[in-house]
Formats: sequence, C-alpha cells, structure tokens
Amino acid sequence: MRLHEYQAKEAFADAGITVPDAQVATTPAEVVDAADAIGYPVAVKAQVHVGGRGKAGGIALVDDADGAAEAAERILGMDLKGYTVEAVLVEAGVDFTDELYVGVTMDRTAAQPVIMVSTEGGVDIEAVAEHSPDAIATAHIDPAFGLHPYQARRVVYEAGIDRGVAGAVIAIVERLYGLFVANDATEVEINPVMVTTEGEVVAADAVMNIDNDALFRQEALAELAAETTGDALEQQAAEAGFDYVRLDGNVGIIGNGAGLVMTTLDLVDHFGGTPANFLDIGGGARADRVTAALELVFSDEHVDAVVFNIFGGITRGDEVAAGINEAIAQIGALPKPVVVRLAGTNAAEGMEILDTDAVRVEATLEAAVQAAIAAAEGAA
Amino acid sequence: MSIFVDADTRVVVQGITGAEGSFHTAQMRAYGTEVVAGAVPGRGGEEVEGIPVFDTVAAAVRETEATASVVFVPPAFAADAIFEALDTPLETVVAITEGVPLHDMARVYKRAGEVDTRLIGPNCPGIITPGETKLGILPGDIFEAGNVGLVSRSGTLTYQVVSNLTERGIGQTTAVGIGGDPIIGTSFIDALAAFEADTATHAVVMCGEIGGEDEEEAASYIAGHMDTPVAGFIAGRTAPPGKRMGHAGAIVSGSGAGTADSKIAALNEAGVPVVDTPAAVADHVESFL
Repeated sequence: MRLHEYQAKEAFADAGITVPDAQVATTPAEVVDAADAIGYPVAVKAQVHVGGRGKAGGIALVDDADGAAEAAERILGMDLKGYTVEAVLVEAGVDFTDELYVGVTMDRTAAQPVIMVSTEGGVDIEAVAEHSPDAIATAHIDPAFGLHPYQARRVVYEAGIDRGVAGAVIAIVERLYGLFVANDATEVEINPVMVTTEGEVVAADAVMNIDNDALFRQEALAELAAETTGDALEQQAAEAGFDYVRLDGNVGIIGNGAGLVMTTLDLVDHFGGTPANFLDIGGGARADRVTAALELVFSDEHVDAVVFNIFGGITRGDEVAAGINEAIAQIGALPKPVVVRLAGTNAAEGMEILDTDAVRVEATLEAAVQAAIAAAEGAA
Repeated sequence: MSIFVDADTRVVVQGITGAEGSFHTAQMRAYGTEVVAGAVPGRGGEEVEGIPVFDTVAAAVRETEATASVVFVPPAFAADAIFEALDTPLETVVAITEGVPLHDMARVYKRAGEVDTRLIGPNCPGIITPGETKLGILPGDIFEAGNVGLVSRSGTLTYQVVSNLTERGIGQTTAVGIGGDPIIGTSFIDALAAFEADTATHAVVMCGEIGGEDEEEAASYIAGHMDTPVAGFIAGRTAPPGKRMGHAGAIVSGSGAGTADSKIAALNEAGVPVVDTPAAVADHVESFL
C-alpha cells in the first residue's frame, strides 16, 4: 500500500524530518487560499499513487494566485496514469542549492533492508543506479540488530555528502530507517532531499510503501488504506478479499492460486487473446465467492468472455461446480460466455453436475483458454 | 531416494488445534505421513486425532523425536512459531502460512541462516515425496513416485504441472513448493543442489514466476553445477509492472526488474528450455528421460 505524499510527509514531520510548509486542497478555491496563506511561489502537486508525476504534468510551480487557480483547474480531476487526481498538495517553494537522495528498501535478494544515499537527487534514482552505480552509497542493515549509528554515518560520508550538511543528512537517515521499521514499510524514500540556500535540509518529496501483510498491526495505516482511492474495480475486489488486477483486454480470468492464474493470463496471450484481469479466488469455492468473482469480472465492460479455471487440491471439484451452479442461479442469465475447466480432486464429478446450458466445459487448461478467446471474438 | 523428507520423517504440527492444522493433519496422516505430535501454547496434554499435543515445540521434539515441523499458525504469530521451531534440533521446518509480514521474515531468514535447520516457505503448499510422506497441503493423489524432481514458487501451478507429468506416467522423486513471498527460507538453488545430489532424480522441473532474481541466480547455478537436465516454466509474462500478482513476491518493479523475459533469457542461456504452456513441460521432461 502506497501512502500519498502528504500522508508520508506527516509521518516524516512527526519523526523530526523537516518538510516544507504545505496544505492539502481538493478544490481550486482551497488551492488559492492555501497558496495565499503559505506565500508564493508554491508547488501544486497531484496526490496520486504513482511515481513520475512531474513528467506526467501533475506538478506545477506557480508565482501568484492566478497561476495557482489555473494549475488547480488543470490538475484537479485530471487522469494521471489511470488515476484521477482528487487532491493536491500546495507546498511552499524551496530555494535550493543541491538535491540529494535518501531511501530505505528491502533488498529481497539479500533478505535485508538496504539504505541508499546519493548526491544525485531529484532524478530517477533507478536511472542513476543504471548509468553510474558508484554515485549511490549503500548500507545493508542486519534486521535482527537494527541500524548501528556508524552505518548511518558511513553511508552518508561514502556518498560524498557535503560536510556542511552531513550531520543533518545522517539524522535523516536514522529517522527514515526508524520510520521504515516502525511502519512495516517496504520502501521509504526522499527524492530529493533539498539543501536550501540557508544550508538546511528539507524533504521535498516523500514516498512510503507499507507491507499489506503487516496492516493488521498498523492500525492507523490500515485506516488510511481503507480510504485510499484507486481503480474502482480493484477497490471492490479488495473489499471482497480477492487478489485482482485489472488489465486492458477482453478475456476475463478467474482461477485459484497466483501462479496458475498468472499462467492462465499468459496462455490467453499465447493463444492470441488479451487478458482483461487477474483474479485469484483463493482456496475454497463457496457459491457466494464464485458469485462475487463472476459479478466483479462481468462489471468490467471490456470483458467479452470468461475463463474459469480451478485446480482443486484440497478444494473439491464437485463443490466448485455446485458453487458455480448456485452462482448462475443467483445471477440469472450470464451476460457473457463462461468457459469452465475443473481439474484435480473430484473434477470429473464436478464436470458432470455443472449446468452446461449456462457454461461451456473444457477438459484441459489449454482448450478452455482457446474456447474463451474464440467466444470473446464472437461476442466482441 | 528423495530430497529433504522421506518415510522416516517424523512430523510435529504447529497449530494442530486450528481448523487448517487439524484438517491437514488428518490429510497428511491419510497419505502416510508420520505425524507424531502437535505443538500449541496452552494446549499441552490434549490430543488431536489421537496425536499428543505439547505446549512447546521443544517438548514435542524431546518426547516424540520429531524431525520436522509444519507451521499452520496465523500470520501474526507465524514468525514466532518459526523462531521456536528453529530453536530446536529439527531438520526441517515447513511454513505454510500466507501473509507473514516482510520485516518478520527478514529477521526469521537471518536466524535460519545461523542454524542447521532447513526452513521451507512461508506461503507455500509444502513438500511431498510421493508414496512416502507429505508435509503441507498438497493433494497427494495427483502425485506418483518416480524420478523427476520439481521445485516451484506456486502451489496450484505445481499441481497443474504434476498432473500433466503423472498423466504421462512420469513420476516424481520429491516436489517442493518454496513459496510465493519475497523472502523465503529455501531458494531454487537449495532445492536444485539437493536434486543434483539425489541419484534417483534424473530430471528436474523448475516453475518460477515474475519478481526478484531467484530464477536468474538459479540459472547461473544450473550452468555451473548441474548435470541433471532441467526444464523451466515462468509464470507472469503478461503481468504489468508495479502490480502484485496475488503472491507478495510476484511483482515486476516499476523500473522493469524481475520480468519473465529476464528470467527466461537467463534460463535459456544456461541451456534450460523454458516452455510456453504447462502441458509442454511434460514433453520436455519426457525427452530428457
């Protein structure tokens, strides 16, 4: 779960990291009021859960109220990489001499947190890592011991941070690592840390991603997650407890188990179709889950046909089939063709009882995918 | 022969009194697994399916000479349960639990590296040596004893591939699900090395997926250290960047790291054929044997 910039900055400020004066606004009038109160110039920044907002036109630097109103009209409500901008952060402009980078993430290969510091802030850090890896100093942290103060010092000095601000940057590293651990973050990043003309260090941007699996013990963050807006169908799926990702094709996909559902998507592509979504229905297949999954996939207007692929392990095929039959009874006539493939435990029994007036049945995954693609082409 | 577990493996089930734990204990027993104990804090002295329950893993190991544990403990308590198991002389710990927090797993991984006990998982279906034993939730009846090893990050994809193999009459030495999380105890390389050392394993199937670099590292291991032929399958070729595809670990980063293309290229370079459909895996394995 990714926090909005303003949410992350609130957490940073609470931890003692300096952030610019700022206010959140959701209407052009609020934007102008906020900008007047803060004093120009200000930055008007779209609050959406994607990176690269500046390049996409989601950030404007303005010098007066007219500029603020204009930027607000343009940015509020705009579509930024698939997300509608519902709020902006109005933030005091900072006169800076340098832009630095400080970040902490989990290095999954090393299975340890890694701190990264660089004098090349304000640009895409992954690009920096690519073309000049030596410009980024790193420190792996033993997760059992936590951060030793010397590690914060070493990574900052090795990055070549100017001596005048090194102490302040070391403090940022320590505080950021503390936030990383305390919030069960998968990533925290300040890019850039601005060195002001007065020689202060300020977090001009803030990224904070939280481990979804840890939300049970991060109650405040879980509340933020609940109000997080994104794709409406993905939101609906999350509420139903499905792992769902929306894509842009027309073959809807429902299955059990992440690897097998991904494989089903790949097969749709392999046989010349385009997947509309990833939906992992999880273990078990009670009728209400099946109904919810079908309704969710059908509510994507791009879907022209659905492939429903279950490999029963402990889940029994006949129970799945009964669930599908019940779902059909609840939904009524299915709006689009559905191809079902059941395998594994009691699959044969399941195939027998399936309501084959309402759904088509195929014996293999490959055949089911091809039938769904053909049905989608026929329906489109 | 087999890897990691066999008919002599004596199992303690952590969380045996829970719904999952008790159900799968019965399933494991029905398959022939030697389940000798359960471990649940505060429930020592009880019995589940006639199996004695102990308050601690240490007591279970001491009293029953268990050699492996299977963890069916909810995510909030799973790390502690794994630490507890790692603090005993157990040979193998199989963590089934899905949803263990990442920071917990970083600490667990560190500990697992300091002890002799092997951790498999978490977020995995477990491990099966067909005809001998299974530890976890894999459906036993799709497996058949034979000479092909299988290692996979995904449960149901494993079942799909195994059923294709079994339908062709190709049996398995051991199939191990290593788990779909970003940080897991046993890597592809650990399993591949064990299969290479197992004289009964004549071919290996490796099912990877998007995210991380484990498959790339496995590819260079195969090229440098393996004579046993390996067939590969990679799920997630159509996954968009930045989206978690069900598994916590199955994500292509925004910068494009962890893609299926990168993994397929690395495996091909190591001489490992990577096929487009699960059914084609069986073709390749047949050609190896």
